[in-house]
Amino acid sequence: MSANAHAVDHHTPTGWKRWLMSTNHKDIGTLYLIFALVGGIIGGVMSMMIRYELLEPTMNYFPSGHEFNVAVTAHGLIMIFFMIMPALFGGFGNWMVPLMIGAPDMAFPRMNNISFWLLPAALTLLVLSMFVEGPAGQNGVGGGWTMYAPLSTSGQPGPAMDFAILSLHLAGASSILGSINFITTIFNMRAPGMTMHKMPLFVWSILITAFLLVLALPVLAGAITMLLTDRNFGTSFFDPAGGGDPVLFQHLFWFFGHPEVYIIILPAFGLISHIVSTFSRKPVFGYLGMAYAMAAIGAVGFVVWAHHMYTSGISVNTQAYFLGATLVIAVPTGVKVFSWIATMWGGSIRFTVPMVWAIGFIFLFTVGGVTGVVLANPGIDRAMHDTYYVVAHFHYVLSMGAVFGLFAGWYYWFPKMSGYMYNETIGHIHFWVTFIGVNLAFFPQHFLGIAGMPRRIADYPDSYAAWNYVSSIGAFMGGFAVLIFIFGVILAFMKKEKAAANPWGEGATTLEWSVSSPPAFHSYDNLPRFKG
Amino acid sequence: MAGSGEKKNNVVALSVAGFVVAMVGMAYAAVPLYKIFCQVTGYGGTTQVAKKNEGVVLGKTIVIRFDANVSKDMPWKFRPVQEKMVVKIGENRLAHYKAVNLTDKEVTGTATFNVTPLVAGSYFNKIACFCFTKQTLKPGETADMPVSFYVDPEIATDPETSMIREITLSYTFFPVKEDVQTVAGTIDKVQR
Repeated sequence: MSANAHAVDHHTPTGWKRWLMSTNHKDIGTLYLIFALVGGIIGGVMSMMIRYELLEPTMNYFPSGHEFNVAVTAHGLIMIFFMIMPALFGGFGNWMVPLMIGAPDMAFPRMNNISFWLLPAALTLLVLSMFVEGPAGQNGVGGGWTMYAPLSTSGQPGPAMDFAILSLHLAGASSILGSINFITTIFNMRAPGMTMHKMPLFVWSILITAFLLVLALPVLAGAITMLLTDRNFGTSFFDPAGGGDPVLFQHLFWFFGHPEVYIIILPAFGLISHIVSTFSRKPVFGYLGMAYAMAAIGAVGFVVWAHHMYTSGISVNTQAYFLGATLVIAVPTGVKVFSWIATMWGGSIRFTVPMVWAIGFIFLFTVGGVTGVVLANPGIDRAMHDTYYVVAHFHYVLSMGAVFGLFAGWYYWFPKMSGYMYNETIGHIHFWVTFIGVNLAFFPQHFLGIAGMPRRIADYPDSYAAWNYVSSIGAFMGGFAVLIFIFGVILAFMKKEKAAANPWGEGATTLEWSVSSPPAFHSYDNLPRFKG
Repeated sequence: MAGSGEKKNNVVALSVAGFVVAMVGMAYAAVPLYKIFCQVTGYGGTTQVAKKNEGVVLGKTIVIRFDANVSKDMPWKFRPVQEKMVVKIGENRLAHYKAVNLTDKEVTGTATFNVTPLVAGSYFNKIACFCFTKQTLKPGETADMPVSFYVDPEIATDPETSMIREITLSYTFFPVKEDVQTVAGTIDKVQR
């Protein structure tokens, strides 16, 4: 990548300056992906600790319930803000959006640099929070990723919570700057001839995600700033003693929190469409419907937040509205699942590694969607609220939906980004071990939830022992699959088997396959003309 | 990039940034809006304030239960005088609470309140209440705290509330915020 034909007329930094001061979308994308890998390993180790604790009844790993809760909180925050978002939005977004729309780089390359470098600082703050005092005499934030007041205000007086709040401020600023960059790039820098309605679906997904971030994250920033001032400066936004209301925090949090789950999954929606179309050797079925389904999911995602709060005392009519609005989201989501299957229908399907991950995504995301429809009903949610059924539901859509999308994208674009082919067999083994592992881990959690096991507990009655044991074994299997993945990556870099510009054949029609693998440090000196 | 392209980029970036600032503003605007929303709709069991009772009185009765709490850093004893009352719907009634300051210092408190079932909030009217203002008790003072209320007759016709036979009115006394530090100190002294 370093030496190329353009080195003479372009400034090509080398060494540590190339990475620390990078303004190149491909290098920044690579940094995001490496960062996500680090975040994923830290968050993954936490999940292994959690499942080891829950392997058997009795406390067998953590010294007390608080440390368990700290691990649960950190696992959630790290996986969302420092693994999935940096990988799908920051990593693939930076790498592929300029390539796919035929732009030489992002609109604001220096801003792109600061977007990335805010993240290591944010992750550092969050990791530090685990080693400073939270509740009196104990270390870390144990309030869950939702940080509900008053547990996050008077419940955890130590500085740990302040570390976590500032960490989220930085991560939020990073994502907002990134979003401004993507929106500007996509609006202004498309190659001549590429209208909005000819844009690749992955670019659509990043555009919609960027808008969701710009709308939702400032509300989180406001809410956690209120937490911060309630804790340190004597305000009482959430303190009834001063006329505040703790339930207000829940409203503000979920106004951010619900769109956040679409922020996580939408980029995966986008790239799955490309993979399914490439390996079925057919154009995406219902392109416009796919694009507008994502827009509809994003828009409706903002008016359903209180379905996370059915037990907070909202009236029957309000619950009925939030039930209806939530079920409406199943319609555009159904359009997408239908269109993916219709794209495969009658196609000449090749079960390559990215394709099996994509099909795994469609299947598991649909399972998670179905349990979501169950939970949308306030009557059922009364019983299911805060049980393992909810944990199973959101891990099916996020841990298996978004993460399967992430691996699908990784195997699809790895040859493009690195210039090397990977070992197909190892990719398939990685898929099957992960698939069996995560299903073994999370499917039994539905049973535990229906049986009434609450989430965020470190110990449980013996009656829950059997399925917890199965779930933990599955989780360890999923953890082992990560080692297979890392082995496959290392092997690919050691063998250095060169990848062609387009290793996937005629099904891969988007612009990134028209440049070499890996692309030159500066691509598109002459803007591509797009006719389609 | 040509100069015009850069200008175009700045326009988009600044408008999106303006949007971000506006959304932060919206988050803060949510605080007063939420308060108004609760007062108007009776959301979360927020009771209503009425000037006087002009409604009809129905023959149907409803049980009102009374509940009293103090926050953990409030050094008062606070009890309802009557545990419950059977009232005619629409009828104006007076209930009493009693508060005792257990310290040797003057303490100012303020009470938060709601009713359960929460949906009854919009039909529970208070004409006068000790909770409308801050209350100050001298060292060791005992005070009678009255609340004048009635239940709106429309409660009997709303399908969400017509089945309600019993409403619990609950108060929690908190020390007024600027006093919290000194009051907490006093509790230590009392316990010793």
